[in-house]
Amino acid sequence: MRWTSRNLDSIAVALLTHAELVAAALALALLIALPLGLAVARRPGLRAGLLGTASVLYSLPTLALFALLVPVLGLGFAPALLALVTYAVPVLLRALVTGLAAVPPAVLDAAEGMGLTSRQRLFRVELPLALPALLGGLRIASVTLVSAATVAAYISAGGLGTLILTGLDQGHTEKILVGAGLVTLMALLIDWGLGAVQRRLPASG
Amino acid sequence: MEWLRTHPGLFLGAVGDHLLLSLTGLAIGIAIALPTGIAVAHRPRLAEAAIMLAGALRTIPSLAVLAALLPLLGVGFTPSVIALALLALPPVLVNTVIGIRTADPAALDAARGLGMTATQQAMRVELPLAAPLIFAGLRVAAVQVVSAAALATFIGGGGLGDLVTQGLALLDTGRMLVGAIAIALLALGTEAALGMLERHLAARVRGA
Repeated sequence: MRWTSRNLDSIAVALLTHAELVAAALALALLIALPLGLAVARRPGLRAGLLGTASVLYSLPTLALFALLVPVLGLGFAPALLALVTYAVPVLLRALVTGLAAVPPAVLDAAEGMGLTSRQRLFRVELPLALPALLGGLRIASVTLVSAATVAAYISAGGLGTLILTGLDQGHTEKILVGAGLVTLMALLIDWGLGAVQRRLPASG
Repeated sequence: MEWLRTHPGLFLGAVGDHLLLSLTGLAIGIAIALPTGIAVAHRPRLAEAAIMLAGALRTIPSLAVLAALLPLLGVGFTPSVIALALLALPPVLVNTVIGIRTADPAALDAARGLGMTATQQAMRVELPLAAPLIFAGLRVAAVQVVSAAALATFIGGGGLGDLVTQGLALLDTGRMLVGAIAIALLALGTEAALGMLERHLAARVRGA
């Protein structure tokens, strides 16, 4: 553990960069997925097309996506962020759309009968009912991002993957294990934390 | 695509390695997960534990799984295959357990009424009923393994990931793009092909 105690600051930087990548990608993805999901939720044709595209994007292997973006965007934090957003948007979009689609028609009728405008209905009825599904999507997206952000080290984005990759290059076991251990811990903690929030929500689906 | 024309041998070798890695890893993963799933499905405590363990394993980033094996097993083909097998385990295990546990109880009663032994019940009733879900697990596992096999390059496992890392190291964009596109097509092709098979299978089971 000598390497670890002498390099606590660079480990902390890697951890922080990793968290930043994940958080920024998640925030941007939410900003894109929320309006997009709301826009297509009531348009079945568009919805099918968008979800199809989304599932193709999500199936792209991490390393392939990063490599494809390099000639266009170069190396570093920004292109990595864009690639990560590409991963998170499909997950969130699918979760939101299925959540909205699962709202019972009777509830919508009741809302209309109460004289709610469509905007009121959206914010007071549909979104709250879709929240558990959206949170489930957020959980999957965060875990996927923690994992994908590790590979971002390949395009010099920093983060915990850097410890793993340089450790592999140098045959430095401790460095590899610290990187792999921290990233695993981060993924498990986020999954556990969001899972706990999910269980607290009423009517979790 | 210039690179592809000048290096067809290198490319085909990488594709071959990639497929060999993926198929071996997947086969080992299935060979462990399927019997384990069948064995624990009827023991609620064990089944819960298996599902929880699989959930945790699924959460661990692929690169971390690959990297963590290096100190134990060194570099090369074998540790890569073991890592890929580990990544294939969770979806197959979870879907097998859930598929068997959600098999129609009436069908099981009927099987028992017909005097089937436990083995016969498992082979002739439960597994066929669970087949669509198990197959969905296999599809997820296969896509994941084909994707993660691209990362095997980082622990010297070979495959198409080699083209990507070499391309970046040598600033050879052509090589990098050929690798990346091939990896992407392989993953998307696996998903599409197994997805079609899955729908076919589901239609047959429902029709039967």
